[in-house]
Amino acid sequence: MIKLFSLKQQKKDGESVPSSSTSGQKKSSPAQLRVMKDLNELNLPKTCSTEFPDPDDLLNFKLIISPDEGFYKGGKFAFNFKVGANYPHEPPKVKCETQVYHPNIDLEGNVCLNILREDWKPVLTINSIVYGLQYLFLEPNPEDPLNKEAADVLQSNKRLFESNVLKAMRGGYVGNVYFERCLK
Amino acid sequence: MGSKAGDSVDIPPERHAHVRKLLERPGPFTHPEFEPSKEAFDGFSSIVRVLIVGAGGLGCELLKNLSLLGVKQLHVIDMDTIDISNLNRQFLFRMTDVGSSKSETASKFINGRVQGAQVVAHHCKIQDKDSEFYRSFHVIVCGLDSIVARRWLNSMVCSLVEYNEDGSVKEETLIPIIDGGTEGFKGNARVIMPTMSPCIECTLDLYPPQVNFPLCTIANTPRLPEHCIEYVRILQWPKDNPFETETAIDGDDPNHINWIYEKSLERASQFGITGVTYRLTQGVVKRIIPAVASTNAVIAAACATEVFKLATSCSIPMDNYMVFSDVEGIYTYTYKAEKKENCIACSRSVTTLEFPLEVTLQRVIDYLKEDPDYQMKSPGVTAIVNGRNKTLFTHVIEQTKANLSKKMTELGIINNEVITVADETTPVARDFKITYKDAGMES
Ligand SMILES: [Zn+2]
Repeated sequence: MIKLFSLKQQKKDGESVPSSSTSGQKKSSPAQLRVMKDLNELNLPKTCSTEFPDPDDLLNFKLIISPDEGFYKGGKFAFNFKVGANYPHEPPKVKCETQVYHPNIDLEGNVCLNILREDWKPVLTINSIVYGLQYLFLEPNPEDPLNKEAADVLQSNKRLFESNVLKAMRGGYVGNVYFERCLK
Repeated sequence: MGSKAGDSVDIPPERHAHVRKLLERPGPFTHPEFEPSKEAFDGFSSIVRVLIVGAGGLGCELLKNLSLLGVKQLHVIDMDTIDISNLNRQFLFRMTDVGSSKSETASKFINGRVQGAQVVAHHCKIQDKDSEFYRSFHVIVCGLDSIVARRWLNSMVCSLVEYNEDGSVKEETLIPIIDGGTEGFKGNARVIMPTMSPCIECTLDLYPPQVNFPLCTIANTPRLPEHCIEYVRILQWPKDNPFETETAIDGDDPNHINWIYEKSLERASQFGITGVTYRLTQGVVKRIIPAVASTNAVIAAACATEVFKLATSCSIPMDNYMVFSDVEGIYTYTYKAEKKENCIACSRSVTTLEFPLEVTLQRVIDYLKEDPDYQMKSPGVTAIVNGRNKTLFTHVIEQTKANLSKKMTELGIINNEVITVADETTPVARDFKITYKDAGMES
């Protein structure tokens, strides 16, 4: 038990106890500390790489995924990560910056991945999200559609879906939507 | 001083007769080291400096409780202004105060009403104040509704703790945080003694996660009115940019809420969903949790009691977490939450490492890898240089490799500067203070 009573004499009129150590210096925020740890321990699959526009800003970075198998083989997709002050209590905000014909990613770059929203838990890390995103390219899931048209095509006609993906990645129209080229 | 009451006014002793009784005689529940005395009340009343964080529902209660209890040196900090919806429970505010600063209005009210009160208002963000400010208080009471703000304050107060040579805590640097929180009919109050009892970060898991609906449900299979509102908020707003390009949604702007409300209504009718209202829209957008005045009163009372106990030692403080619920009947329970070993906020002792002045970053990293005490695998190093975060090195960022051959001093790490090191061998990043053998030579 701390005896505050005996201590309080020392703080009259806002005079503070002189600091002898470094405790007065600015400290990294808990979010900052945690994301540093996450990033330093990133174990990227060989199809993924990161880009830090400002290496001193660990809260904003990009993830580049270049799938080497599946429908999206040969494409190159950039995701923007924004880690907020409440990380890891809240998940980072992740958007796909490359236009992609994908059932779980819409044309504005919103991504439907459970751990980015309803299933996020503070024990998960940036690495968990990287693997989750990578998995989306290997196993697009028509059950949870964000791009309903793409999901319907995947469900009804796999060949057509495959050729649509390729068309989009080469740069061109799928239906009346134009996709920029994103082949490596 | 600026208050009309001021400390020159003589407050008759009868005024606090009931409080004095607690301080002038021992009882079965008094702390073993408590020394009752006639002077105890005056000490408590005039010397103790208390900071109240937040001048909302809990803050108004706390200001009332503590000032009536006799605490003269009260400070209150809040960046918010008064909204009409606050008036039902934030009883220090009146209709004419809508739009004014919460902290200023609340302190003006108390100073005018409670004889001897000298509440000082700080109309700003908690982040605008530095460590000297927080260090000047004996106790900090928190009535916040934001987890981010709580975490910031917690980590600030934890960082004020200093250690003796032998590693023991310098008691005079410990500032207890009394944290109150309410959500509808539920609430909690807790006593945080930095480094000794669990802090906010230790028990972060106790806060319920935000409710987030799956994006695909929102986009394709909405069933609830909330799904429709979330659709407009998350997907339609950035697409349509109804106001100006890239305007973020302002939950306090009626134009914004109205737009979202109308679009949500349209979407709801497409899917045959009922229940979208303006109120619900505002609630979802601002993530409003309904506040219940009586819950605030109970929790604030518990917090104020803990301030009194800590400041006077007249009774043993709560150890350390009390939950309260009056959803059905009344339920309350106090338990001892556990401290997290290696907590990112409260278990961060700083280890000092000494190097020659010429030392390079590579050499420091090699040391952390080779020294038997650390045996790190792939340390990443950050620091705060001139108030800004700086990434000195991490193997995941190619650009930082160029720093390895540089001297620590060239990288801005002067004598006694702290670096933070993350490595897979430690559960959290840890701090090292760098000192230089020939530091005397430095200018
Ligand atoms: Zn802690």
